[in-house]
Amino acid sequence: MHITMFYHKYNQQILWFTGILTGLGLILSHNNLLGSISAVLLIISGVIGAIPVITRALSALRYKTISIELLVTIAVIGAFVVQAYHEAAIVTFLFLLGDFLQAKTLTKTRRAIQQLSDLAPTTARVKAADGQLISVPIDQLKPGTIVAVSAGDQIPVDGKVTKGQGYATEAAITGEANYISKAVGSSVYAGTLLKDGLLEIETQVVGAESTFGKIIDLVESAQDNQSATGDFIDHFAKYYTPAVLILGIIVFLWTGNLNLAITLLVLGCPGALVIGAPVALVAGIGSAAKQGILIKGGSVTAQLAKTDTLIFDKTGTLTKGQPAVVKAITYHEPDITLLKTIYNVERHSNHPLSQAVGNYLQKQYQLATKLTGDPQVEAIPGAGLAIENNTILVGSERLLQRYNVTITPQQQANIQALSAAGHTLVLIASQGQLILALGINDQLRPEVPETLDQLRHLGIKHLVMLTGDHQASAEAMATGLDLDEVHGDLLPQDKLTWLKQYQQAGHVVAFVGDGINDSPALAQADVGIAMGNGAAVALETADMTLLQSSFTSLGRAVALSRRIHANTVQNISIAVITVAVLLSGLLFGLVDMGIGMFVHEASILIVIANASRLLRIKKASTQAASVSKVTQNNDLGGI
Amino acid sequence: MANVTLVLGALTCPSCLKKIKGALVKTKGVQDVRVLFNAGKAKIKYDSQVVTPEELSDIVKKLGYEVKQVQIQSEVG
Repeated sequence: MHITMFYHKYNQQILWFTGILTGLGLILSHNNLLGSISAVLLIISGVIGAIPVITRALSALRYKTISIELLVTIAVIGAFVVQAYHEAAIVTFLFLLGDFLQAKTLTKTRRAIQQLSDLAPTTARVKAADGQLISVPIDQLKPGTIVAVSAGDQIPVDGKVTKGQGYATEAAITGEANYISKAVGSSVYAGTLLKDGLLEIETQVVGAESTFGKIIDLVESAQDNQSATGDFIDHFAKYYTPAVLILGIIVFLWTGNLNLAITLLVLGCPGALVIGAPVALVAGIGSAAKQGILIKGGSVTAQLAKTDTLIFDKTGTLTKGQPAVVKAITYHEPDITLLKTIYNVERHSNHPLSQAVGNYLQKQYQLATKLTGDPQVEAIPGAGLAIENNTILVGSERLLQRYNVTITPQQQANIQALSAAGHTLVLIASQGQLILALGINDQLRPEVPETLDQLRHLGIKHLVMLTGDHQASAEAMATGLDLDEVHGDLLPQDKLTWLKQYQQAGHVVAFVGDGINDSPALAQADVGIAMGNGAAVALETADMTLLQSSFTSLGRAVALSRRIHANTVQNISIAVITVAVLLSGLLFGLVDMGIGMFVHEASILIVIANASRLLRIKKASTQAASVSKVTQNNDLGGI
Repeated sequence: MANVTLVLGALTCPSCLKKIKGALVKTKGVQDVRVLFNAGKAKIKYDSQVVTPEELSDIVKKLGYEVKQVQIQSEVG
């Protein structure tokens, strides 16, 4: 068997064995008579322990890397030469023990992402020629294959529902546990769960190409993608380790004191320095991914920590991106037949305004959702609808004028006020009289004020809203919000111009968009954040992707990024201080090789433990999340 | 071209990563190799006419690393 594999397989037993030998050896060394037995035990332990260290040192050397293992190897060989067997045994044992504990604790910090990728489906049930369902591995599915999914099953592919209906939770993709209705024509995603019902799905994409596959790949790659600081540490370690080696050689040549030289090698090991930054990143990115926040690497958290300006695209980020009736003025109480007729017309239309009106009427007057009847309709382009031989009118003021509906001065004033507030108007008239005036607008997400507050506390100085909507409409929307600037009437390239202006003024800018039409701004920003329904589409462009369509997750993402960055800085500090303390200890003759190795391994475990704190999600943020979930549910219940 | 993902045992040292990557890149038929250190995976783009996923997996095993799983993705292009 390959020696690395042997040690890998039996590492626990080898650890125990060397530990016991070293312990016995040390105890016996206090007894003068048994001194030679003690030396033998320590030598055996040292040699067994040193073998894996030496193999790794050599294999790294083959790739022109001077590794920590090489420093330890030389130190241990040196210890044998000066017959400091106890030092050799202690150092190798502690090094192996440290390695073992490191692997254990590292697994923990990596677990968050491991759990995510374990959710990836592995098999699907496919209808065979004889109508029987057979289980087939995911790799063998082709686009077009029909797969069957029943309640409680995981949906195995990205595709379209061709038969059946049910409810799915898409927590694996969005982090949100809401039930989403699925019927013929709905899109479904691999890795999500069908909670209720029975579906047949036509496969579109499978495995690594599916949305879920891409998310996993992105997170896995992001964990290796370090920040500039992390890269610097890597480079530093690349030169640092050889420097320690050279320093050790110089000390030996200068003083002739081999003992001092090899102690220096052990003390100079950059253990915590090498692992400190990456481990914080791994824990942080994994933890974020579980909350539906995808961070593309350490450079993003570092940039976001410096960000002082946050620019929002309005539609789909600050707002829900779905227009709804926000203001209604009733002039005559409408009768139920009239309402039913209008609702019947509106619900068949795909026009966003029609849907807003239909939803409003249904909710306000508690109409049954399934109505019979097929009213006669004439669409007047750019003005609205004339229903049942022009007896019912739904549309703009122009439409009403055209059919000679009387509008009183009072009504005129109301209409102007609604327009001035940035609303789109839909008027409903019957038999020559205005009955209802509806102001329609995109709705602000309920969690926006609270999150803007949180962002301020996190140190974002400028909060800016940019939008393609009219300035008046934008300003009306921003009333009462803690925003510094509001700019409307912008084309996508205008948004880019604004963004560049802030950057030229020396600000570090994050741009938050809904990901579909904001790609240029997402790319130009120091941190591009894609948010909401379109977010999965923007995986490639954005630096950070918020899979949940909620503003709260933006606050959480910024807060978490800052914690990851702070954690990285803490870990690097701990590592540097450790080395500094050890080296000064050596100058004053206070530390020897054994103690040095012990402190080193301890510092490595400390930085890993520190990084593990990132795996715990703060209570405050989970509370905020549940609050926003309640409000969302209320909204859904209302529609 | 086809893609395969080798799920490896936990990688603990960055030099393991270099070793695995170096050996795979030198293999005939291999177009591109990404070794994900923290995820413990090797993603390989290869020519299925020249080399098989099993051979690739054997190369990694011979270096002394565990291969837990071989995930083959459908042919691309």
